[in-house]
Amino acid sequence: MELLISLIIGVLTASGVYLSLRGRTFPVVLGLTFLSYAVNLFLLVMGRLTIGNPPIIAADITRYADPLPQALVLTAIVISFGMTAFVIVLALKAFSEMGNDQVDGKHKP
Amino acid sequence: MNLSLIALTPFLGAAFVAAISRRGRLHAAWGAGLVTLIALAFLFPFIAGVFSGQVVVQSVSWIPQLESGLGLDFAFRLDGLGLLFVLLILCIGLLIILYARYYLSERDDMGRFYAYLLMFMGSMLGIATSENIIQLLIFWELTSLSSFLLISYWQTRHESRMGARMALAVTGGGGLALLGGFILLGEIVGSYNLTDILASGDLIRAHDLYLPMLILVLLGAFTKSAQFPFHFWLPNAMAAPTPVSAYLHSATMVKAGVFLLARLFPALSGTSAWFWLVCITGLATLVIAAYIAMFKHDLKGLLAYSTISHLGLITLLFGIGTPMAALAGTFHIINHAIFKASLFMAAGIIHHETGTRDMRILSGLWKYMPHTGLLAMVAAASMAGVPLFNGFLSKEMFFAETLSVADQSWGWVLPAAATLAGIFAVAYSLRFIHNVFFGEISPDLPKQPHEPPRWMKVPIEILVTLCLLVGIFPAFTVEPILAVAASSVLQGPVPDHDLAIWHGFNTALYMSITALVGGVIFYLIRRPLFALQERLDKWLSFKALYELLLAKLFYLANAAVRFLDKQSLQRMVLIFMLFILALGLSGLSGMDASYSLTGGRATLPMDGISLLVALVIMIAAVATAVMHRQRLVSLILLGTVGLGVSLVFVKFSAPDLALTQLSVEVVTIVLMLLALYFLPQESPNESGGWLRSRDAIIASAAGGGVALLVWAVLTRPYETIADYFLENSLPAGGGTNVVNVILVDFRGYDTLGEITVLGLAGLGIYAMLEQLKLAGSSHDGQGRAWDTDMHPVIMASFARLLLPLALLVSLFILLRGHNLPGGGFIAGLITAVALVMQYLANGVVWTQERIPFNLQALIGYGLLIATVTGLASWLFGHPFLTSTFSHIHWPVIGEFELASAMAFDLGVYLVVVGATLLILVYLGLVHHQSHQMKVRKRIR
Repeated sequence: MELLISLIIGVLTASGVYLSLRGRTFPVVLGLTFLSYAVNLFLLVMGRLTIGNPPIIAADITRYADPLPQALVLTAIVISFGMTAFVIVLALKAFSEMGNDQVDGKHKP
Repeated sequence: MNLSLIALTPFLGAAFVAAISRRGRLHAAWGAGLVTLIALAFLFPFIAGVFSGQVVVQSVSWIPQLESGLGLDFAFRLDGLGLLFVLLILCIGLLIILYARYYLSERDDMGRFYAYLLMFMGSMLGIATSENIIQLLIFWELTSLSSFLLISYWQTRHESRMGARMALAVTGGGGLALLGGFILLGEIVGSYNLTDILASGDLIRAHDLYLPMLILVLLGAFTKSAQFPFHFWLPNAMAAPTPVSAYLHSATMVKAGVFLLARLFPALSGTSAWFWLVCITGLATLVIAAYIAMFKHDLKGLLAYSTISHLGLITLLFGIGTPMAALAGTFHIINHAIFKASLFMAAGIIHHETGTRDMRILSGLWKYMPHTGLLAMVAAASMAGVPLFNGFLSKEMFFAETLSVADQSWGWVLPAAATLAGIFAVAYSLRFIHNVFFGEISPDLPKQPHEPPRWMKVPIEILVTLCLLVGIFPAFTVEPILAVAASSVLQGPVPDHDLAIWHGFNTALYMSITALVGGVIFYLIRRPLFALQERLDKWLSFKALYELLLAKLFYLANAAVRFLDKQSLQRMVLIFMLFILALGLSGLSGMDASYSLTGGRATLPMDGISLLVALVIMIAAVATAVMHRQRLVSLILLGTVGLGVSLVFVKFSAPDLALTQLSVEVVTIVLMLLALYFLPQESPNESGGWLRSRDAIIASAAGGGVALLVWAVLTRPYETIADYFLENSLPAGGGTNVVNVILVDFRGYDTLGEITVLGLAGLGIYAMLEQLKLAGSSHDGQGRAWDTDMHPVIMASFARLLLPLALLVSLFILLRGHNLPGGGFIAGLITAVALVMQYLANGVVWTQERIPFNLQALIGYGLLIATVTGLASWLFGHPFLTSTFSHIHWPVIGEFELASAMAFDLGVYLVVVGATLLILVYLGLVHHQSHQMKVRKRIR
């Protein structure tokens, strides 16, 4: 299972990096979204993998998943939505003012 | 009685005055006067004690953890010197408030003026009454900031803005030096309290760090008091309204610098470094500024340079360093404040009633405004040092003190220069009066001159009366306050002094007579001097030097930006990625061969379903990257990945995250679809094969590195601090869902910050979308036109039916969040999704008309509820955001828990709903506003 999650995070990062190197705004925003998926998963698994024991206190359970990374990731998900929205609207604004969706804000010759 | 009230009242008063000024123009003036009187009333109980030699020190330690050593106590002090300054600041302030009420025109905003003035007054009072020097520095910087606001009061004028900026740059730079000096001083003494510092003079002077500390402190004092070569900001600050100039450059702002010299006099003076640094600066300022003042054609320009010159005189006196010189310096602080404030106010009246301040145009005003002329004459005579006026007394003491060093080699320079400066002072004072009030009236005057309103002259009359009373009966008027102030400057007994007009025929008297006669001669031969000066003018322009320095600084900054900023996001991201890769590689290459990537921790077994989901995620992710040019397809693939990620959360015991991810995914996809509508549907193929393979290699290296890192970490054992949260969640937080308890309780402060960021992002997006016009395409990627049935009836009906159910679910999720997966974030997102569905199905306009919320206000209320919940715990004596809970039994429903954290979660919920909807709704509205549909108007 550890191998599988390492591969998932690796592939998500690779896609994110590749897309964020593109020259148009829309793929770059997608790339940032991928990177935040990767980072969120990365943070979560830093508490190691636990299956079937959510951190909800119950009388007869003694072992729980680590709640701290989960709390961090929960707000991170919401904040990355805010950030994605901000960037995509910025892209729209740039598109409306420059007339193109180049990330550098200018036409390439 | 609390001492801090004296300094804090004007700050509170500033808000009060700004508020009441809306009710009427003059309310602000009355309010400001009232506030000043209240501050005086707070001072009153202390006056008798201070006069009997008492020093009042009151301190509160507001960070008890930093009790000893750091010395950040909130500490106030009132002694003779402090009392003298507080009286000057408040009394002259009161007169300025009265004067400004007549000076400001109908167009000027009185509320703003008086609010700034009170803020400035409070800052000055803070300097005068601070016991802790770090606190003193904070008030010091506040004077720089509030004087910036005052100088730039007429914001539309270029010279106001430039003058204010220059004053801020120079005094702010000095403040920075002063901070360094104070920290060194505190380190030397081991305390930041003035009481300790003033008692450790010998320790300070013998310390290795004495010289650097002295230089830094003096830089602060000299920039503030406009000493040469930092004097240039003061004349440029004359762009301020005249009441401001009268206040800042007589009793306050510039006096802060000499106040500091007087305050630290017992601790720092008495060394040759002090003598030379302070004397030379003071002397140069005294002579140069007096010289320049003679040639200024602008009334306020003349007064500005004369102010600089008089500050140089005071500085020089403190530099000489004898007890008698310090007494004379303190005396001149009082006298200068009195006559300079009245002169500035007189200049303001002249400007107000004639429309000009240019002395080449002004003349013969005596016929039209004899009363003002008389007042100006008394004040100018005092400035020139004519006998029977107060300026004469301190100037005579000054002359006598310069003689005290005359027996040293080169000692004659001091009295000679002092006499020369005296000559200049007489010449410019004479010019101020003779030029303006005598001679023929000029036909070029912009206005027909006449006397000002009665009450505008009252402040000057009071001050001028003081000039005379102090000048003629010094022992009965100024002696008590001077003695008590000087004794606290010296921290010891006051030397024998005789405040009398007549001391017999001595050298000082001959110097005074020389100055008077020489000044008259200089004034008579002024015309050839003016011609000579015009040729010299460009040699003396420090303003030009400052501007050159500023231009060089900007050039340097621009060059640095050009070097670092490649003007291309693509290239910057590339450099960034390569840099990170290089860092990672250097870490890997540092490992020796015995180090294994795989650790000893046992791994979990893999199962078929997990493998399948993992494959779907990975294939979809790679496909997104490969097919990114077809944007709609890549967006759908991205959605697949997002859903896959939420399944990962489910698998690894994170139900809260899964719910959050699921609902965020929905709003993200809707958002991206909305944006994609306005953007090109496909990316052009711009990068060639080589570039794409280069990026693919970088991406694979990055992904591979991260995968290896995760593998290495996951196969190693770890320690966690989570046990604390697991153990305390139920007993201390009152909830079984530990993730939620962490969010709203243990780390509630973080969450408060995060929802603030989210709210700000929402508002930022709203601001960007304002005025945004984008056409959007009329057909899809394949060139087919959009369907004309924008809101199919079946979808619209079902969406409406679903809404109550969806809202009920979100309410349920919100309420149970403390104990079971859910909470404000998730519930907020679900509500947002439910509402967004209405927008999609029924159209933005239709839905917006039916949703009675102002979304911006919703964010505000959410933040307010969260913050107030946090503050409420203060009422019970607990730290910010301490939560409390209890269980109550409700009929029918049964046992139900109520926690204060739930109110906090409600705040979170409102912010999330508000921000998410704000973003999506206004993005949806862009289409309408681009097509001139008047939608926004109808939306509250």
